[in-house]
Formats: sequence, structure tokens, C-alpha cells
Amino acid sequence: MEKICSVTIDGKVVEVSPGQTILEVAREHGIYIPTLCHYSKTTNVGACRVCVVEVEKAKSLVASCCMPVSPGMVIKTDTEKVRASQKLIVELLWASGNHDCLSCEQNGGCELQNLVYWLGIERPRFNIAPPNYKIENTNSMIQRDLSKCVLCGRCIRACNEIQVNEILDFSNRGHFAKVGPAFDADYINSECYFCGECVDACPVGAITFKQARFSGRPWEIKKVKTTCTYCGVGCQIDLNVHNNRIVKVTGNKDYVQPNEGSLCVKGRFGMDFVNDPSRLKTPLIRKEKGGDFTEATWDEAYDFIADSLTEIKKKNGPDSIAGLSSARCTNEENYLFQKFLRAGIGTNNVDHCARL
Amino acid sequence: MAGLAAAFGSGAMTNSIEEIEFTNVILAIGTNTTENHPVLSSRVKRAVCQRNAKLIVIDPREIDLVKYATIWLRQKPGTDVVVLNGLMNVIITEDIFAKEYVKNRTEGFEALQKVVSAYTPEYVEKISGVPAEDLKTAARIYATANKASILYAMGLTQHISGTDNVKSCANLAMLCGMVGIEGGGVNPLRGQNNVQGACDMGALPNVFPAYQSVANDEARAKFEKFWNVPLQGKPGKTILEMMEAAHKGEMKAIYVMGENPMVSDPDLTHVEASLKNLDLLVVQDIFMTETAAVADVVLPSACFAEKDGTFTNTERRVQRIRKAVPAPGQAKTDWQIIAELSARMGYPMNYSSAEEIMSEINTVTPSYAGITYSRIEKEGIQWPCPNTDHPGTRFLHSEHFSRGLGLFHAVEYVPAAEQTDDEYPIILSTGRVLYHYHTGTMTRLSKGSVERCPESLVEINPVDAEKLGIDDGQMVKVTSRRGTLEAKAKITTRSGVGTVFMNFHFHEAAVNLLTNPALDPIGKIPEYKVCAVRVERA
Ligand code: FES
Repeated sequence: MEKICSVTIDGKVVEVSPGQTILEVAREHGIYIPTLCHYSKTTNVGACRVCVVEVEKAKSLVASCCMPVSPGMVIKTDTEKVRASQKLIVELLWASGNHDCLSCEQNGGCELQNLVYWLGIERPRFNIAPPNYKIENTNSMIQRDLSKCVLCGRCIRACNEIQVNEILDFSNRGHFAKVGPAFDADYINSECYFCGECVDACPVGAITFKQARFSGRPWEIKKVKTTCTYCGVGCQIDLNVHNNRIVKVTGNKDYVQPNEGSLCVKGRFGMDFVNDPSRLKTPLIRKEKGGDFTEATWDEAYDFIADSLTEIKKKNGPDSIAGLSSARCTNEENYLFQKFLRAGIGTNNVDHCARL
Repeated sequence: MAGLAAAFGSGAMTNSIEEIEFTNVILAIGTNTTENHPVLSSRVKRAVCQRNAKLIVIDPREIDLVKYATIWLRQKPGTDVVVLNGLMNVIITEDIFAKEYVKNRTEGFEALQKVVSAYTPEYVEKISGVPAEDLKTAARIYATANKASILYAMGLTQHISGTDNVKSCANLAMLCGMVGIEGGGVNPLRGQNNVQGACDMGALPNVFPAYQSVANDEARAKFEKFWNVPLQGKPGKTILEMMEAAHKGEMKAIYVMGENPMVSDPDLTHVEASLKNLDLLVVQDIFMTETAAVADVVLPSACFAEKDGTFTNTERRVQRIRKAVPAPGQAKTDWQIIAELSARMGYPMNYSSAEEIMSEINTVTPSYAGITYSRIEKEGIQWPCPNTDHPGTRFLHSEHFSRGLGLFHAVEYVPAAEQTDDEYPIILSTGRVLYHYHTGTMTRLSKGSVERCPESLVEINPVDAEKLGIDDGQMVKVTSRRGTLEAKAKITTRSGVGTVFMNFHFHEAAVNLLTNPALDPIGKIPEYKVCAVRVERA
């Protein structure tokens, strides 16, 4: 983008392009401004005001995530007034929710917890009775504890603006405001498609992966970026691994093509098969037609196949042998498979099920 | 994919997934993309809801995308060519086609013009059921757009006329000058993660990697040199021809890597008999599938999360997969198994990693020449990518088509192979649902998927249900000329009158006991979208 004017941010004069927000400019120059309701790939709503900064000549503090820069603007991100305002907001959020970090799945990955720590808040000044909503445990994919909700609206924007599934919205007002499907229904009783975009979007422990509960803390989890194994879109996903198990799947936040961080129900919740006890673990040979399988070593299996194929090839020629390769396997494997049939066996009888 | 290759010279998706979001008009035909490619469908929905794009849906079922459509053309199953020719008829008659483009970049226009002249809106309405006025509206929306993208999937190709259907889409796009531009194109959406890659790598009977013909002496000589053995120039058998040969006893051994033809093939009874007739059936898979269960040798393989490698997505983007967890028991990666077995058979393959295989692919596959692991570490690259300085190709055919000039094919309507009659009065179409994948071996082990969709349903229109005395949720019997099965009925207007829909994820209600193995003569794809059945209370 072309830079055409300059602003001053924390005493530094920097070039900016028109339309950039204060937050974007700060991030570009390594200046940290905390945020909460701001969420990539969705509109900035300025709901939480955690991202406030001081702008010279402005009457009050401004939300940096929404405010575009203008030529000559003088911005301060680290003043007493800014910090006091941020503390007030965070203390109110803390006090008005049931934030029991001891057992919370998001402990260590929670954006509210991080804010509390970063701002150095010992205890909230206020005492507000939390809403005490019942934990929603009615489906096996997504768990909701709205007593922890900070009403940032990220789940709603992820649902409506990224996925355009149009399931989630706010209901009620003020102290009773809530996020969720229409008519206050549980997810399972709504039209929800279970893409799980809301789980990825939630900054706190209000919407979490049900199956990941108690199976690994954020700092124990290793994220391995890979490509989803389901449809032809090839979404970039992060397998969250702990103790050699896939605990959950999250969208890859490099936001690269083709999916720019978003996923569907199969990629997000369809990986149970990897750990299923019914996975094949050892080679099996049926020595006689109609007989049963017996377990075998790799050597025995290779010998059995090699002998049998060699004999068939000798007796009936290479074209009496065929191979079905797979749209499920990698390029490298498909390449090797057709090479094996063509060069190793000597036939072009190789195809795969893509036609089907 | 043969249809696109014939028209343009390349069978792949012409444009990129990202471009769909920024185009002006999207024409989606035979693709239930919200269920089959959900993340891509978000782009379609965002284009419509956030960027004012217009959406034309052509589909016999009232799929979710219809909610977002500017106009929906509900044709009778199997009449796609009629509708597409009708659109072109309107566009030529109203003189809103891209004359310069047609003149400079294509050939065969006269023949096309002659054929489509018979497909007047009134005729189209009679055959396909699409109202003449709707056809005209849709034609104008598409033809007058600055850029318009056609999306299609198996709903278009799984017909006896599948290749013709695709050629018709190519005709329409060229007629309006929509190929070779950003945001345009004709875009097949692949249902399986690496169909594109399997084809690119030559897992096809007639071509080596990068579609180099086995019958071409020059190509063969090149591979003979690389692989150091003499090679056959005669194309091999397709999957359905293999089954036929096995049935006749001519095929003696089939080696299956990661496929489950016992559920995915049309006419399962025939497939089972064919496989059982073999001297040797080897199945290499992650589960004891229906096909593995009848094998002589079963080899345990590693799944995608347990190995390194690459997949090529539907927009030709080559992307990394990475090992995250160890494979269970003694399971090995598919490439290790192949290499070790090949060595036993006297043809050694020595690779120490998947990356090493990719280097060999780079040398023999011109379109993949510049795609190395280090270059795709952060983001995948779209082929063609002829060298390691090349950024990859977002959309194809920009200056000229892969074959030079784009070729119009004059395509006549051919009715579905099987028509309804008094005994089998209803049309059955098959496909997928959101929560499951292909033959269900993976998703049916996912708690969530099973919770949302625990069984196969027969989706039937309320009008038919009432006529047949069927209640919602009741067990019904579905019978075709080939077989019969029972499943629960779901009464819904998603199915048009006179049609039912079933998914093919459940082997208990294996819908391919019913389907017609009649093949598209060129694409060799079975007609899964149309067969005649009878539905009755069970
Ligand atoms: S992050 Fe800016 S207002 Fe919430």
C-alpha cells in the first residue's frame, strides 16, 4: 500500500496509508495495544474499548481498532489515562463473569487472563453477582459456559461474517445480554452447522472444544500445521497435539490461502478416526481362499505378495495385474504407486476412484 | 475432466478459490457446495452478502445455496445440457455474447451456434421444466457481467452425459469471454482432498505424471530413461474396466491403496463378485474396510496426520502435510510400503524421505518443476510452476488457451440412460451430506458427525410422500432394477416432485446397490445422479 502521510505514535513519526486504523499502524511498528473484541477478517465494532489510546485534540479516548489515522495525528498508547480506562474495563469484565481459572479449559490461553496480568490487576474493585448460566453440555463437539462470556461478539461475527452461517446473535439487553442461536436454543437444537468458527473466535473459556476438555493445557500442546484430509479445498489446519494424540483442530492463523484460517465441521471435529482403536496395526494374510486372516510380519506379507505377483506376471503377463491408487494419499505416494505399476510390474493398469 | 481438457487443453480448475469472493456473478451448477466444500461456500456466500455478487444456481435439489441465489433454475435431473444450450441460445439471440473474444481466441463457433439454435427457451422449458423467462433472466445476468465464474462438481459429471455437460459449461464461458480472466473461469470443485494430485501424478491408465501420454513415444522414451526400464505404450484399464476384466477372469491381481471400491463403485453386487474372482487382492488401508475384508493380504498404513508429503487442492495448489503423531502399531506410510515391496520384486526404489520423492517429481513433471518443500513451507504454490523462481499460476489461459484456441463443442442433449416408467416411477440421485465424507470410514468414527447425522435418509418431496402414504421418519423400501434397500424417509421440499435423494456414506444402506453403472463414454464416470426407482412403505 502506498504511504502518503505521517503520524506520530508514542513519539515516533511514522508513514501511514489512508484508511489504516491506529491499531494497524501500531502493530506494523511493533507497538502493543491490547484488544479484545477486535477479530481478524471481521468488522471492527468497537464494543469493548480495551484498545483505547489518547489522541491529541480528541475530546475523549478513542478505540484504536476502529479509528482511522488522519494526517498529523499525534497518538499516545501508554498514558495513565489510557491504563486507568483499560483497568476499569477489565475489572468490570472480570467481576461480572464467573472466571474460575482453576478449572477453566482456556487457562493459559485466555485473553482476559492475559489482560488482567498485563495490566497488573490484583483483584477487581467491584463485586457483581455473575449470571450463573448452566453449562451447555448437550452436544459432543462444542461446550458453552456463558457465565464466562465477555460479550465481545467475536463468535457472532465469525458466524455471520466469516462463515455466513447466520446462526449466532445477541439476545436480551444489559445485564441479561447473551450470545447464541435464535430463541436461546442449545446449539444441538438450532440450525447450527458445527463449523466451530465460534470456538476459535472466543477469547475466553465461554465456548470451548468439548472433546479437548482436560486433555492438555495450552502450554503443553504442540501445534502442527498441515493440510486437511477431507475435501478438495485443502484447508490449512493446526493439529493440536499432546501426548502423541490430536487433542483438537484449530484454523491456521497464518491466514494463508485457501481458507484464511477458517474450517468446517469435518476438518474441525472429524479427526477422531486417527486415534480409533479399530485402526489396522499389523499386516494380515489370508493363506487360503475362504480361510481367516492371520497376523503376519512385514517380511512375510511382502514375500507373500511378491511371490504371488511374480507368478501371476509370469503366467498371465503384466496386464493381468492392476492397481488402484488413491485420492486420499499424497502426491509422493501416488507418484510412487504408478511408477511401481508401470516400471516395476510393467502395466499401465493404474487408476483411482476420483471418477466416482 | 476430459470435457475441460478437450475445450481448453487442461482439465483443472481454471481460477483460484480466493477469486470466487471477488467476482461479479457466480453460476453454480451441480454443486452442493455448502455441504461438500463448506469453506469454499463461505466465499460464495460472502461474495453475495458482502460484495453484491449475483448468484445463479442450477440444481434439481433445493440445496442451501438456493437461499442466497439471485435466481434458481430447477431443472429435471439429467437435463443440464438442455439448460446450458438454452442459456447460450438466449445469449446469441439477444446478441450479448463476446464477439471479439469468440473471433480471436476460439474456434468452432458456427457449429455451436447451429446446435444451440434449436434450444429455444420454450423448448428448454418443455424438456427441463425451467421456465422460459427465468432462463432468459439468468442468461442476461451471466452474459452481461464484467467477470463471472462457473462452479461445478459431481452433480454435473456423474451422468452418462457428464463430459458433454462440462463441455457445455466451457462453451458458455468462452461465448461470454469469461475464461482467462481474474474472477472468471470454469471451476470444477473436487470432492476428495487429493484427486487433483492423484491425476497430476499419473494415477490414470493413459498418462504419466503431468498428463504426458503413455502412447506418446517421446514421453515414453523420457520416462524409460528416468526409470531405467522399458515401458508399455498401450493405455491401461480404468477402474470399471478392471472390475469387468476381473469378473471375466482376465484380471488376476488387484492392488488397492487407500480406496474402498466395495462401497463407492456403482453396482456393488458386481464389484463384490469381481473382487472375489481374483487370485490376489491386496489392500493397503488405515481400516478394515469392506474391500479389505475380502482381500488376501491387508497392509496397515499411516494416515495423513502420521506422515509427511503434499496434497494438491482443487485450485492446483500444492500444499504440505506434516507428521504430527506416530502411526499405530506397525503401520507404515504408503510410500514406504510401495518402495519396500518394489525392491522385493526386483525393482529397487531408494528414498529416505517424502521430500526426496518430490525432488524426483520436480524433474519429471514440468508443471511441478518449481514446487519444492522449502518454497511451500508457509503457503502452497499453484501449478503450473515451471521453475523455482516462478510464483505459480493463479488462473489459467490468460494469453491463450493451453491448446491454443479454445474449442467450442456442439453438444446435443442425450437423455439419462435410465428413464422412469410405471414400475420405477421415481428418479434417485445420490451425493454427500455435510457431516460425512465419501464411504464414511473416517467420519462415522467421529462422535460429532454421527450425532448430527446418524443414518442414511431418503429425502422425498411431500407430494410424493402423501401419494405413497409415507410418513416422516418411517422406514421405506427403495428398489431399482439392480437391487433394493431400506432406510428412513425424510419428507422435504429439497427433493423435487418425482425425485428422491440419498447419500452414499452408509454401507448398511449402500445406495450403490441401486445405482446404474452406465458410464459416460469419455469420462468413464458412472451415472450416480440419475436412476429409476420405486419407493414404498417398508
Ligand atoms: S478491541 Fe477495539 S474496541 Fe474492542
